[in-house]
Amino acid sequence: MIDLVIPSLLETLYMVFFSTIFSVLLGFPLGILLVITEKDGLWEKPMLNKILNSIINLLRSFPFLILMILLFPLSKLIIGKTIGTTATIVPLSISAAPFVARVMESSLKEVDKGVIEFSLSMGATIPQIITKVLIPEALPSIILGITLTIINLIGYSAMAGSIGGGGLGDLAIRFGLYRFQTDVMIVAVVIIVILVQSIQFLGNTLAEKINKK
Amino acid sequence: MIDIKNLSKDYINGKASFSAVKDVNLHINKGEIFGIIGLSGAGKSTLIRCINRLEEPTSGKIFIDNVDITSLDKESLRLTRKEIGMIFQHFNLLAQKTVFENIAFPLSLEGKSKNYIEEKVDELLEYVDLTDKKDSYPSQLSGGQKQRVAIARAIANNPKILLSDEGTSALDPKTTKSILSLLNRIRNEFGITIVMITHQMEVVKEICDRVAIMEEGKVVELNTVENIFRNPKTKTAQSFINSLQNNIEDEIINPSDFEGKLIRLSYLGQSAKKPIVSKAIKEFNINVNILSGNINKLHESNVGHLVLELIGTDVEVENAISYLRNENVHVEVLQ
Repeated sequence: MIDLVIPSLLETLYMVFFSTIFSVLLGFPLGILLVITEKDGLWEKPMLNKILNSIINLLRSFPFLILMILLFPLSKLIIGKTIGTTATIVPLSISAAPFVARVMESSLKEVDKGVIEFSLSMGATIPQIITKVLIPEALPSIILGITLTIINLIGYSAMAGSIGGGGLGDLAIRFGLYRFQTDVMIVAVVIIVILVQSIQFLGNTLAEKINKK
Repeated sequence: MIDIKNLSKDYINGKASFSAVKDVNLHINKGEIFGIIGLSGAGKSTLIRCINRLEEPTSGKIFIDNVDITSLDKESLRLTRKEIGMIFQHFNLLAQKTVFENIAFPLSLEGKSKNYIEEKVDELLEYVDLTDKKDSYPSQLSGGQKQRVAIARAIANNPKILLSDEGTSALDPKTTKSILSLLNRIRNEFGITIVMITHQMEVVKEICDRVAIMEEGKVVELNTVENIFRNPKTKTAQSFINSLQNNIEDEIINPSDFEGKLIRLSYLGQSAKKPIVSKAIKEFNINVNILSGNINKLHESNVGHLVLELIGTDVEVENAISYLRNENVHVEVLQ
């Protein structure tokens, strides 16, 4: 049992770890762009804002499994294959990126408008306001947002397992569903539950710890 | 120093447009503490935000040291803003940063060296008397302490001008006084021109040199604080003065309850030293009944008010009034 579970757990962690990094790298700048280009934003660009919003909404309306299949060619291009844990990171990252953008957008919007007004009155540049005011002030909320993203990615990665992504989801389906080894499935599910719980706990604790408000 | 010419600001919301500031002209002198008072919605907040263009004026010009800031491009505006500090009603401190980091913020924007920042911030902390709160976070401070951090932060770059947008409105009266005396000290020691908007006459009374009274987007009265207290011309000015707690005689005294002539004297500190009322009694054949009196301590001097009932023949009373007027006392005949 352990021989089955450990490699799958490692695969899940590997997928979730890298797809979190890539989705945040993709989604965070998008979230910042969404906030600054909106009406009365720091860099008001209504057209760009509209286009970004439409793209994000479009990507978010795809069911994950379909998006993943649609992105097989991209995985092939980047990783060289469409099946396997590494290949799954591509669709996972891309499908989570718009979600990250929305989460970051709402975190950044929580920053007090007065603080931004003050920064402008001090003659801060837009990049300075983003890096020295918006992000640090929103950091506790950003951490909670990333926690949410990780948990979402654990769920997605389990689904990805069913189309050849590997990981705990794959294990549960292969053994639990196809071979009727309910015990393997239960173990896989329990591990996923523990994983989600601990990540949420860690995220909450960290956000709480750094929040000085 | 600051010259505001024909400044207007309209807000357009769909088809409806609203004029928040209407054709305002003001000249603010260097080193002056200039108050702008008005009720909420009078346009004072919009006006002060036009000075550093946090609000873009619809028309008109604003000159700061002869530079028209309304014509500056974004980059020049940003650099000009570094010479204009600003404090706010709700302090607008960075909640996730310590007191030290908050005050260091404008300096770090400038890319100043770590040593310079450390030295300067320590100096500022001492100046606003918050050295022991250096590593506290804003949430651990009282309102007055927060505003002192905001003031230290606003003057860290040695600005020429300090704008206060209702800087004391969220504070209790005692804290307000200490913040006002800090602002006064800053003006005296650094020669910074301070423009403050407020709805509290106490603030104007306490530190302003001159005051503009705003109503519905317009400046309806502009004068030295002394003159406004002595002789308020508009109803708005009068009601602001009456809003001070010790100025409630107008509601208590009903002129029709008295037979004699009711007059209200307003006099500056210097006139108060002369026994003019007693002289008037001796010189003219009148009796005087004192109905109420008060004195307002202003920033530089005092303004006293006295409501008297003069009893005597019409001629004697008229003579007494003109005597008082000659003694540099402002006389308002209530009845």
